[in-house]
Amino acid sequence: MAKRDAPEVNAGSMADIAFLLLIFFLVTTTIEVDSGISRLLPPMQPPEEEPEIIKQKNIFQVIVNRTDQLLVEDQLMGLTDIKEATKKFIDNGGGVGEDACSYCQGMRDPSSSDNPSKAVVSLQNDRETSYKMYISVQNELVAAYTELRNEYAERTYGKSYEEILTEFDKVYLGKNDKLKEQIEDIKKKYPQIISEATTKNN
Amino acid sequence: MSRFKKGKGKGTPGISTASLPDIVFMLLFFFMVATVMRQNTLMIENKLPMANQVEKLDKKDLIIYIYAGKPSNQYKTTYGSEARIQLNDKFADVSDVKAFILAERASKREELIPFLTTALKVDSETNMGLVGDIKQQLREVDALKINYTTRKGDVQGNFNN
Repeated sequence: MAKRDAPEVNAGSMADIAFLLLIFFLVTTTIEVDSGISRLLPPMQPPEEEPEIIKQKNIFQVIVNRTDQLLVEDQLMGLTDIKEATKKFIDNGGGVGEDACSYCQGMRDPSSSDNPSKAVVSLQNDRETSYKMYISVQNELVAAYTELRNEYAERTYGKSYEEILTEFDKVYLGKNDKLKEQIEDIKKKYPQIISEATTKNN
Repeated sequence: MSRFKKGKGKGTPGISTASLPDIVFMLLFFFMVATVMRQNTLMIENKLPMANQVEKLDKKDLIIYIYAGKPSNQYKTTYGSEARIQLNDKFADVSDVKAFILAERASKREELIPFLTTALKVDSETNMGLVGDIKQQLREVDALKINYTTRKGDVQGNFNN
């Protein structure tokens, strides 16, 4: 008898099996990239150390009360107006001499902030404040900084800060020194100083 | 003569499906790679607030998740409707946060510890009191890098329900 070949395995159902697996993974997949507002908490303070004294005019006080109302520098304000007010405060550049700000576009009001690296946005909340309001306010504050950075980058580098950032992500490692420098510079000119005070108990 | 005779008339030839498994496998591998299995079963309502000034959190292994919100319907009878913290798969107290962070930290390699970020996934209807308590706990264990996880969207969307 002639040598008989081993019978071939029918591969017709392979597609079905693969489909089954595919459908399983399709259903279980959640392609989620977490994103959010990043913050750095202040470190615990040694009890004997006196807190650093900041000039009142360099503090921009934002209070969110228990009914989610906003008090910005002792003025009642809506969520939509807070961004402009914050921008005005940060970009004021009212300092003289050492504190002078050469790149600020603000009003140079001597009773408001000296320069962006001195300006502190202080955000206070009540225990009853809702989280969504708090995040919304945070978002507006960050937006104010982003817009200032965009405007500065536009003036200095001819493209907005966000454009530089997306470009930075695209470029291969090692070739982005120039972009990195620009980002560092912009961050230094407008550092995000948002202080989240400890929640008030009352 | 018969050599040139066409065998089967003029019907359109069937499309070969031999490469179908290959295509399906390709898709399969894509989804297998892209899949992230949900680590925790949520026992709370977790409708994140919206924001548009967000930064991406990559490097999943460097993130510690803390969930907070009202217990979801099936747990309401046992745990009440007050907002609570969820760590891993269990409800937890504010005082457990510290131990949780330390345990998570211990499970990571030492050189990664400075880069650990705590992602706070808090339901938008929660009061800030609870979040403030969590933040205080985090400060005490020196876990200062936090991220308020949000959905992408306009902030106005937070207020129209």
